[in-house]
Amino acid sequence: MASAHSIPSIEERFEFTSGAKRNLLIGGGIGLGLVLLGVYLAATGGSGHEAAASGAEHAAAAVGHGAAEHAATGHEAAEGHGANWMTRVWANLWVNAVYFAGISVIGMFFISYNYLAQAGWSAVFKRVPEALPAFLPITGIVMLVTFFLGGHDLFHWTHEGLYEVGGPEYDPIIAGKRGFLNTPFFVFRLVFYFVVWYGLWRVIRNLSLQEDEIGGTEFYEKSIRFGTAFLVIFGVTSSTSAWDFVMSVDTHWFSTMFGWYTLASWHVAGLAVITLTIVMLRERGYLRAVNSSHLRDLGKFVFAFSIFWTYVWFAQFLLIYYANLPEENIYYIERFRGHGGFFKAPFFITLLLNFFFPFLVLMTRDAKFTHSILKVACWSVIIGHYMDFYTNIMPGTLGANAGFGPLEWGFFLLFICAFGYSVASQLEKANLIPRNHPMLEESLHHDIA
Amino acid sequence: MAELSGKYLVGVYDDDDTVLHAVPRLRKAGVKIKEVYSPFPIHGLDEALGHPRTRIGIAAFMFGVTGCCTALTMMIWMMGIDWPMIVGGKDPISIPNYIPITFELTVLFTAFGMVITFFISNGLGPGTHFHPRFDVRSTDNKFVMAIDLGRNSMSIEDISRALKDSGAEEVNIKQF
Repeated sequence: MASAHSIPSIEERFEFTSGAKRNLLIGGGIGLGLVLLGVYLAATGGSGHEAAASGAEHAAAAVGHGAAEHAATGHEAAEGHGANWMTRVWANLWVNAVYFAGISVIGMFFISYNYLAQAGWSAVFKRVPEALPAFLPITGIVMLVTFFLGGHDLFHWTHEGLYEVGGPEYDPIIAGKRGFLNTPFFVFRLVFYFVVWYGLWRVIRNLSLQEDEIGGTEFYEKSIRFGTAFLVIFGVTSSTSAWDFVMSVDTHWFSTMFGWYTLASWHVAGLAVITLTIVMLRERGYLRAVNSSHLRDLGKFVFAFSIFWTYVWFAQFLLIYYANLPEENIYYIERFRGHGGFFKAPFFITLLLNFFFPFLVLMTRDAKFTHSILKVACWSVIIGHYMDFYTNIMPGTLGANAGFGPLEWGFFLLFICAFGYSVASQLEKANLIPRNHPMLEESLHHDIA
Repeated sequence: MAELSGKYLVGVYDDDDTVLHAVPRLRKAGVKIKEVYSPFPIHGLDEALGHPRTRIGIAAFMFGVTGCCTALTMMIWMMGIDWPMIVGGKDPISIPNYIPITFELTVLFTAFGMVITFFISNGLGPGTHFHPRFDVRSTDNKFVMAIDLGRNSMSIEDISRALKDSGAEEVNIKQF
């Protein structure tokens, strides 16, 4: 290490303590317990919303009749109350799997654009975003299983009768989308996304671990190339996956903003998770090399992208509101007034948690490196974007049968704990501060005054 | 020390690193530095000089709030009260329609407000006359430190010596 160009090396191993493991397992256990409680309540008809909304549902259906979207929910409801709790389980699995798949892949997205920009500042905490995508296979499998077992209940377009010309259920609009929305192609895409995202992450991760051992700039150069390839692929697949995972639930409806909207949602949630993980690691005495400038930049990232999400949200809303076309309006009518007005609260809570709260709280300079404020803001964004996916997916799948009770909280908790477990195990596998990273020196001196 | 007002001692440095290290040294010796002029921003110089943190952020927030309120008041008054108009089948007062303009005016007020505040607080722009040029080379290849003698209690000789000791290659006296 005598050479003037030697790269500093900081030994820091993260220890995934048995206490932390136990807490996560207990959290997951509580989540599972809540899920079972929720299933019991839903199966025995104890779901409060269902009873309250049944009367109001007719009013909602009357509102939406012009756009025929309610044919879908009406059809679901007609299948009988016995199967409702099962659909609710599938819908919850789908919401959480989509959300956490997004957060996971954002880890890869973050690394890739930092490599492409040859960013120096982020090198010191690179291992944190690098740890997120390890959760992708789990969400991928959950989604695949959910699609095969519950896809018929969740996705209106999987119903065969829609495509029989002249049949009683024939739907020319959905039939016109058959070239894209058909089961084989959908499953192919689903598998393709996860294989490509996860595969490219494995490549980058291996390069990063090899860099730790061997050193030199060769791994860095290679990572830039693979990161760029990922960005090109993700540029397309982020939009198409948003159509597949979220927008195809409301099969008739479409929005050209939707790919961006979902990417913005995933991105800010992923940034909040990265920031929160770093803050939590710092509180446990790790990552002391991350200074207030890094934290401020991360805070700015969360701040900026919560505004970006709002911008996209509003751009989508304003055009639909202004044009006032029934086939587009139905999306907002369902959420404002439909299904007994059930989705109105989550709809506005989403805006509150994802925009107003982080916007006002993270605005000042000092807030962005204060641990407690960062934590509150990040949790607000993480929960807010769960609500975002909830309000996007639930009206089209469950409609009036949707609820917000132990089942929802349980699944969210279960996924958070599983995700946390996966991230912590990945962090444990390598030195917490990358060794031999060409930008590490620069990152350690990051100072934005 | 009235005879010293408007009189400045100007230290000329050749290297940004030298001037950066000279600043804390001089301040420790009790010299009050007015400002350092440099052809390019020097990292860490602001903290070294001990300038108070800028409050332009607070001003920006106030300008933004002003712009936001102005836009909303203007549109609600014009479109909703003074001459109610239905545009695109919406209510005369429909907040979603107003958001883009509200956003624009918020940004406009913030941007202009900050530029104007910056000009005023730095004594720039029309109507301002005092533009001291301590050394023209500060826009070229030299780093220039200005010391207001009217605000220093140390003698000229002591400050000159301290400047030379800290690495200044020239020390000049300027009178404005």
